[in-house]
Amino acid sequence: MIQFILNNREVSTDLPAGALLLDYIRYDQRLTGTKIGCREGDCGACTVLIGEPQQDQLRYRSFTSCLTPLANVQGKHVVTIEGINQEGLNPIQQAMVDESATQCGFCTPGFVMSLAGLCLSHHAPTPQHALAAIDGNICRCTGYKSIERAALRVAGLLADRQDTDPAEFVAQQQILPEYFAGIKARLQNLPAPNGHSNGQAAAQAIQTVGGGTDLYVQKHAEMVESANRFLLNNTGLKGITLEGTRCVIGGAATVTDMAESDVFKSHFPAFRPFLKLVSSTPIRNMATVAGNFVNASPIGDLTIIFLALDATLTLNDGVSSRTLPLRQLYQGYKTLAKTADETIARISFELPAPATRFNFEKVSKRTHLDIASVNSACVLAADGHVVTAASFSAGGVGPVPMYLPKTSAFVVGKPLTEALIQQAVAVAQTEISPISDARGTETYKRLLLGQLLKGHFLALFPHLNALELVS
Amino acid sequence: MKNIDSGNHTTGRSIYVDDIPLVAGTLFGAAFGSPVAHGHIEHLHLADAAAHPGVVRIFTYQDITGENQIGGIIPDEPLLAEHVVDFCGMPIAFVVATSEAAAHAAVRKIKVDITPLPVITDPREAHAQGELIVPPRTFRLGDPDAAWSQCAHIIEGRADSNGQEHLYIETQAAYAIPEENEGLKIYSSTQSPTASQRAASRVLGVPMHQLEVDVIRLGGGFGGKEDQANAWVALVALAAHILRKPVKYVLHRMEDMAMTGKRHPYSTDFRLGLDKDLKFVAFEADYYQNAGAAADLSPAIMERTLFHATSTYFVPNVRATAYSCRTHLPPNTAFRGFGGPQAKFVMESAINQAAEQLGVEAEVIQKKNLNKTGDEFPYGQKAVSEARACWTRAEELYNLETLKKEVASFNAQSPMVKKGLALMPICFGISFTNTSMNQARALVHVYYDGSVKVSTGAVEMGQGVNTKMLQVAARVLSISPDKVRLQTTSTNRIANTSPTAASAAADLNGKAVQLACEAIAGRLREVAALELNATVDAIELKNEQVLLHGKPTELDWKKLVTATFLRRVSLSEHAHYATPDVHFDKRTEKGHPFAYHVYGTSINTVTVDCLRGTYTVDAVRAVHDYGQSMNPAVDRGQIEGGIVQGIGWMTMEELLYDKTGRLRSNTLSTYKVPDLYSVPAEIAIEPLQTDTDNLAIFRSKAVGEPPLMYGIGTYFALRNAIKAFNPTSPVGFDAPMTPEKVLLALYPQPTPAVTEPHEPSLSRLATH
Repeated sequence: MIQFILNNREVSTDLPAGALLLDYIRYDQRLTGTKIGCREGDCGACTVLIGEPQQDQLRYRSFTSCLTPLANVQGKHVVTIEGINQEGLNPIQQAMVDESATQCGFCTPGFVMSLAGLCLSHHAPTPQHALAAIDGNICRCTGYKSIERAALRVAGLLADRQDTDPAEFVAQQQILPEYFAGIKARLQNLPAPNGHSNGQAAAQAIQTVGGGTDLYVQKHAEMVESANRFLLNNTGLKGITLEGTRCVIGGAATVTDMAESDVFKSHFPAFRPFLKLVSSTPIRNMATVAGNFVNASPIGDLTIIFLALDATLTLNDGVSSRTLPLRQLYQGYKTLAKTADETIARISFELPAPATRFNFEKVSKRTHLDIASVNSACVLAADGHVVTAASFSAGGVGPVPMYLPKTSAFVVGKPLTEALIQQAVAVAQTEISPISDARGTETYKRLLLGQLLKGHFLALFPHLNALELVS
Repeated sequence: MKNIDSGNHTTGRSIYVDDIPLVAGTLFGAAFGSPVAHGHIEHLHLADAAAHPGVVRIFTYQDITGENQIGGIIPDEPLLAEHVVDFCGMPIAFVVATSEAAAHAAVRKIKVDITPLPVITDPREAHAQGELIVPPRTFRLGDPDAAWSQCAHIIEGRADSNGQEHLYIETQAAYAIPEENEGLKIYSSTQSPTASQRAASRVLGVPMHQLEVDVIRLGGGFGGKEDQANAWVALVALAAHILRKPVKYVLHRMEDMAMTGKRHPYSTDFRLGLDKDLKFVAFEADYYQNAGAAADLSPAIMERTLFHATSTYFVPNVRATAYSCRTHLPPNTAFRGFGGPQAKFVMESAINQAAEQLGVEAEVIQKKNLNKTGDEFPYGQKAVSEARACWTRAEELYNLETLKKEVASFNAQSPMVKKGLALMPICFGISFTNTSMNQARALVHVYYDGSVKVSTGAVEMGQGVNTKMLQVAARVLSISPDKVRLQTTSTNRIANTSPTAASAAADLNGKAVQLACEAIAGRLREVAALELNATVDAIELKNEQVLLHGKPTELDWKKLVTATFLRRVSLSEHAHYATPDVHFDKRTEKGHPFAYHVYGTSINTVTVDCLRGTYTVDAVRAVHDYGQSMNPAVDRGQIEGGIVQGIGWMTMEELLYDKTGRLRSNTLSTYKVPDLYSVPAEIAIEPLQTDTDNLAIFRSKAVGEPPLMYGIGTYFALRNAIKAFNPTSPVGFDAPMTPEKVLLALYPQPTPAVTEPHEPSLSRLATH
């Protein structure tokens, strides 16, 4: 049985742990304000908020309920549009109305929920955070300008919050209903979030689920009924910690957990600017870093980043553990050097030294919330004008996400010149085997990877002559 | 006045088809679509699916009680395939089960043996093989054959524009509930309640009065639920009619994308002749429209392409020919602009090619040739033009010369990032070009407590038409908007409706509401005259008061309404409106098809990252011809949304069918529409408010479709930025301008870039 708080009500359900929160909300609870747009996390019409205790705080994040198994909300607070309605319109809704930010209305509850998420988050209410809060929501009617204006108004509502707890602040200010102030205490009466299975022993599980953001897209029908093991709430697999000069990411840590961790903020600030290129706010809230690796997509953004960073995995099959470099995980298209029983318990990597430079490049049809045509990461160090260390990875140019050993080795020990980079691009062409598909033709992908490799150098060594490099 | 639905929208209380509380015993449908684009059905294996738990019945064409036909303009589209399939996703069978999951699971168990037949995806290939939906049509003006010899410059070329997925966020949906006497009430997400009713009536073989189609609202339409909603209505109606059980079908997004038609791709050859002063002398075009497998609305869309062949310009000698080409794609259909945007893209391509060949800026040619009042369109109508007014206002207001200098100086200093600028004038005809469709009706009831209910044939799909209808009623009756409510759009209340399309719904239905309210107000004034012993002329209804010679009386709105009822005078009116003065003769291809035109000009600016081929649309600044907006908030929303949808069509939205006719961009992860971050940082819209009389409701010009065409300027701005980096780039005219096309234009490659079917698409439906 799965228990949680749905809006202002404690609920429990005997539905399979793999059943989707969206279907539960709409068809079991008949709360029809949460809409179905795509069932693949790409439109945001089904956005809900999930609140869970973290240390002594209650932390809310936006989720797309279409990809959220019920197991992942055990012991948490699930908020739908009905849960933030109050007498008249709340100030978020009023801002949307005042700015004429709703036309057909189908995407609107999702936008309102995302903005409620902004109000409940600990982020400073800057314009950037206001827009980031709704970056997973698609609207086909308005052209977004009116929604942008509404979002900025909502950020304005939070200007005086300062250090007040967000849930208390929104309740005090009547931005959201008063009951939000009491949720933290009520959650303590529920069984804590923990690893869940679909009614069978974990050992018999045939599918391990992290955030579910890929599995529920790829195998929607099977996932609901099949025997699954859910990792997201496994407290033993959470957390981002520092071990000497290495950073350790838990196997159930989400992308947001990682990006917002003190370790990343303090020791790997170069990562942060690239976060916006990785899916959307709700998907990052749900998706695990390890899930991106196991999914084995040839264009997984995080996989590409951690290939360049030379991450090491700790695999655990429930009996024993072993370590494996991420660079050795991929044996062929969606074929992994691990058994079905093995899960990624932790990911570790050497934090880049201060003199080491990191860059990530990605080009997709749409810059944000899209899958790359080609992506690439690099870690580079130079002593004067000589390259002392280099590590390049590339996605979308082969059946697996690729580390480029020849290209990486080629530049080490050589003076950093435009000609060297052009030669490195030529070496990279010998390492890749892109195919033509919906994300681009082979010709394009080959050209694009070359441009992105040049982009790494131009971003990290701005003195280089760009025109000479591309000529 | 804000959109009257916005309170319910923001609280999640608005009802769409999937939100309607289920009637007990409701069954759920799912269609099995053809896995191949063209072939002969040898055998359909249904036994496994029929045995799936929860399956109630599987319908095929053999179960159809009426005619297996849903073609609107031409009867060429079966509801369920019989012996031949014509496109991937064409419905072959319809499973009905006790749950949605069971219906989908059963669909996955259906197998079909099909002997493949040759597949055509290219309209030019279809044309070469004589595969035309209707005979070609040609619009002519002047004597183009003779005119070519007078041209100082003749420009020839080709322009291609791809299709566009509607991507309404609410997918297609229909829910049929049996009523007594073999009747059915059908809730549908349709822009055309009557067309859906008619399609179901034909398929069931029952008269239209046996079926009610009721539309609460749509979660977006954009043309995609005009004719394309009919199949789903007909399927649930068929199942409900035979089973006498409620049957509902809400399409999964992947079903919707795979099974429904989209904006038509066009491939066009053009020839443009100019004199030595760059004035247009002659224009010729041959448009090859990719109609897909059946007519749907293609003939009407082809016609609108011809109506917009010369875009916002005057050309004295024109020959424009259009071919509606039958291919093996899902039947392409209406999409905001309805063939007009495709024509405008061709004209702008011709101008840009001329500009490049002649070494002048495109805007010089554009401005010289804008149409003027009195200029004749190739179809005979004379322009009442605001083209120059919009253009010059945009030039002044947005300081075009300064903007151009900024672009030039930026580009001079920036080797790897280039800016581009382009102007986009628009001119779009308002009315259904099928003259008979320019009619509408409204039903207005005044209840004896003074509250008012309005029904029209217009469908609310986010464009705010119900808000405008309410405004019309409140204004004509001079009562508070709070006293007026809008009804859902039901074929029981309003019969024989035209679709909510062609930007015309507010005009046609608004005029009908106006007539109905004026009739009621007239009767109320007669009663007031009796009550006050005065002449009718002396009576005025104002702000819920009855005025006599301009002075208040003891009668207010509510008392007058009660008095009217007690005197047994009707408080209801059903009014009919037909647009005056519109006509068109298809034999001569001449007439006066449009009530009026909407004009405007936008200045579009972009920035291209010439290392990566990525870009941002920086600004779209427009001067738009509103006439006199009756709701600036609603109209601004339509313009902003239209611009962004147009930008999407021209930039990132790339429909990909492979050579086997299978849609590769079949999910939201492979078909990208603009998101928050990809829209212009600035969208400025300056209304050109004019005093010129027109046939729009309260002179507030139609605003649904025209602004989409401002997006076309983005394509040419991108092209200009590309040329700033690589002046010799061979970049042609092939929309959309994806980052791939930009990069390959910046760095031309020796090997051709051809998309082959390769990596399998995401697959969990039987159609894949």
